[in-house]
Amino acid sequence: MPKVIVDNNRCKGCEMCVIACPKKILELDHSITNGKGYHPAHITDASKCIGCGSCTIMCPDCAIRVEVE
Amino acid sequence: MGEKVLMKGNEAIAEAAIAAGCRHFFGYPITPQTEVAAYMSKRMPKIGGVYLQAESEVASINMVLGAGAAGVRVMTSTSSPGISLMSEGISYIAGSDVPCLIVNVERGGPGLGGIQPSQSDYFQATKATGHGDFHMLVFAPSTVQETVDLISDAFDLGDKYRMPTMILSDGLLGQMMEPVVLPEPKDPADNKDWAAKGHQGKRPHNVVNSLYIEPSVLEKLNIERFEKYEKIKETEQRAEEYLADDADIILVAFGASSRVAHSAVDMARKQGIKAGLIRPITVWPFPEKFIKKHVDHAKAFLSVEMNMGQMVEDVRLTVAEKKPVKFFGRTGGMVPTPKEVLAEIVKINGGDC
Amino acid sequence: MSKVMGERPKALLDVPLHYCPGCTHGIVHRLVAEVIDELGIEGKTVGIASVGCSVFTYNYFGCDMVQAPHGRAPAVATGVKRARPDNVVFTYQGDGDLAAIGMGETVHAAARGENIVAIFINNAIYGMTGGQMAPTTLPGQVTQTTPYGRDTSVAGNPIRVCELLSSVKGVALAERVTVDCVKNVKAAKRAIKKAFEYQMAGKGYCIVEVVSTCPTNWGMSPGDALQWLRDNMLPYYPLGVYKDVGEEEK
Repeated sequence: MPKVIVDNNRCKGCEMCVIACPKKILELDHSITNGKGYHPAHITDASKCIGCGSCTIMCPDCAIRVEVE
Repeated sequence: MGEKVLMKGNEAIAEAAIAAGCRHFFGYPITPQTEVAAYMSKRMPKIGGVYLQAESEVASINMVLGAGAAGVRVMTSTSSPGISLMSEGISYIAGSDVPCLIVNVERGGPGLGGIQPSQSDYFQATKATGHGDFHMLVFAPSTVQETVDLISDAFDLGDKYRMPTMILSDGLLGQMMEPVVLPEPKDPADNKDWAAKGHQGKRPHNVVNSLYIEPSVLEKLNIERFEKYEKIKETEQRAEEYLADDADIILVAFGASSRVAHSAVDMARKQGIKAGLIRPITVWPFPEKFIKKHVDHAKAFLSVEMNMGQMVEDVRLTVAEKKPVKFFGRTGGMVPTPKEVLAEIVKINGGDC
Repeated sequence: MSKVMGERPKALLDVPLHYCPGCTHGIVHRLVAEVIDELGIEGKTVGIASVGCSVFTYNYFGCDMVQAPHGRAPAVATGVKRARPDNVVFTYQGDGDLAAIGMGETVHAAARGENIVAIFINNAIYGMTGGQMAPTTLPGQVTQTTPYGRDTSVAGNPIRVCELLSSVKGVALAERVTVDCVKNVKAAKRAIKKAFEYQMAGKGYCIVEVVSTCPTNWGMSPGDALQWLRDNMLPYYPLGVYKDVGEEEK
């Protein structure tokens, strides 16, 4: 199963990854506010991730990584 | 030592730069210095150097910034309105601590002005080249030979202090022909470790920059730069003294007007007036030491310039109201004659202070 | 065999980017850095930082960098490249820098066939200074200095840079791309890579115009800005190759 790792400190909560995700399994996590005041993205259902990497391609801040076996 | 050749001032500028190891010239035509560019366009390709006619003086000075930032000896040449166009670029060059040589073959101003010689860019060269606190090392030759010698020093000192340097010449010196001995060619090492020339994976990246958004950092940098300028003021002032030691009336003049002043001093001496001349060779740093030496014994100073009175302000500051400082100038391209200057000396000597 | 996607390229330093959330500058920075990594040229690359939101690129790219005055990056790049022809030199410029104050330098560098790459970020607005009209601001577009919408009878018409430069001999590549979706980001990267390869082959001036967003000054969310780009920018600035000497040679 692909692993999605968000750098909570670099993420600016811009939602470019949320929009890009074909499975619609990325959302901002409003329970976290990072040092810059943003709500970082997080994966809602990792089992649905197909490891396409679209989120990583659309992220302007190198704040999201996808590890695929 | 090379042989003596008869050379036009502008062409000697080009040869001197090449002898100093400069292989990069970016410039734009403007009277009365176009010969520098034209000569470079012929010489540079033959010696594997770069001559590029830029689309404007603005582009020229930015090409100079780029090549200088990449760590090579580089120069441009222009005349007064061109320096105005280069103002922003020179500020960036100074703020980025990049060495380069800028030659100003002054013409009449302001505005489009005229094409005959003047010295009306003194303020621009020494006090107001561009925005922000900075200086260039500014040399004011008075002969073609001196132009050649100073260009070599300008490149060396520019590299040593990491700052832009200027040869403040004028149309007279640029257009005249005089015998010149060219210096031995230099081949300076390509060893500027601060330059932006590709880190080859061997060091952290170099950034040649003048933006420091943090005020405390920018202040510190300015202070450090001015500490460097203080050292330069202590060690790099240059001037020539002629019959100044016993002079009552000391003329202060640079460049072409100093040659006129020199003749006027001789004419005055023949009439029994103890005149002398201090000829600044660096106008920044202003050669205060040379003037201060003579303030006690002199009766008056006379600044002779081809402008409406610019260097005279520095003479006044240096003399600090201890003695009268007078001014005589012609401008707009008019060159003072020794007779006119002598008349001023006589007037001052007659007690008209 | 495990694969990691989204790692920061080596040519992009590990420094937080100051750009607004969703600003496409970040994507383009990453693409340029990825290309530099893939071509293995960081050690001989010199980047020219311009003036605008991207003024701090000298903090972000790992290659040697020179900061240029506003609009003058092509001239500074010319100075570096003529002094060090073996270096790979690129500029990174916004629409004011490249097409307003720097238009003269841009056209002449192109006409000289200067072997440099210009990465041109066209987001139809001046971002850094708070959202004023740019040379590429669209007719009717509201900005701080066109508060009633750009009136072309007063403020002139937007300039299509790729089209303009395609007529200049000396231009090796003029391609307009965008980064609004995965497919287009991949195409943008291919164009950027081609530009750098053309430089290394000595083909001439290459410009990659990236139609970009400015969510903050357009007054929209990043997602809405991407849609606005598709609806308004792309019809006026069509994607495509406007000049490609490599293809012509074939």
